[in-house]
Amino acid sequence: MELDYILLLSALLFVIGLFVVITRKNAIMVLIGIELMLNAANLNLIAFSSYDGSLQGQIFSIFLITVAAAEAAVGLAIVVKVYNYFRTADLDKINELKG
Amino acid sequence: MVLAAGSAVFIMFTKNILYAALALMVTFLSLAVIFIFLGAEFVAITQILVYVGGILILLVFGIMLTNKTGSTQVLSLTYNKVLGFLASGALFIILFKGITLANFAALDWNKESESLEPSIAKFGQILMTDYVIAFEIIGLLLLLALIGAVRIAGKARKEADHGT
Repeated sequence: MELDYILLLSALLFVIGLFVVITRKNAIMVLIGIELMLNAANLNLIAFSSYDGSLQGQIFSIFLITVAAAEAAVGLAIVVKVYNYFRTADLDKINELKG
Repeated sequence: MVLAAGSAVFIMFTKNILYAALALMVTFLSLAVIFIFLGAEFVAITQILVYVGGILILLVFGIMLTNKTGSTQVLSLTYNKVLGFLASGALFIILFKGITLANFAALDWNKESESLEPSIAKFGQILMTDYVIAFEIIGLLLLLALIGAVRIAGKARKEADHGT
């Protein structure tokens, strides 16, 4: 596969993730957008790693996947807790720190 | 590649959060296929295990826990469409220009994808020798994050008095 096409796909995924993060108000949709952006970065790492001799890119992408998993777990835990408190997952309505 | 791009575009336009999560699964699976084509089998398997098996299940549970039952669909409308389209469109144009203008063949480390043979053994050796410190630290980070997630989302219980 040509490197340019993969990089273009990665750019498209990143931009779609950014669009989702900007335009949605539901906290879970924002998390989905963040996952898309992380995956786009991952795809870039893998693409360059396959054209490089060493495997550094693959190892770094494994670390990236792990960090993404940790981020999703903590983020969803916070979203569930916030929903239990505010009875909504709408990010614009959650506007006080000490209730 | 078309499947990955198409399902990502579907995420962008759908209003139903559950459909968005399922389209995200399609995106992850097709990205795993691309990883295999690029010679990164271990990363592809990890992608399927962690993203499709873990994060997506968590997301679906989160959707179910944070929406009022009774309504038939879980919707999430889009706001700030013009602003979001401007920002992301401008970024995409910049990236598109950069990628199409760049001459990757001129890079001296570009060796025309020689690592297309299965590389899991080499990958494991490198991971366990050169990068073992980072590997341990990332494992510790994951453990701490999961404990913290359980602690945050778990039921609030009476804490024993720890002095103070």
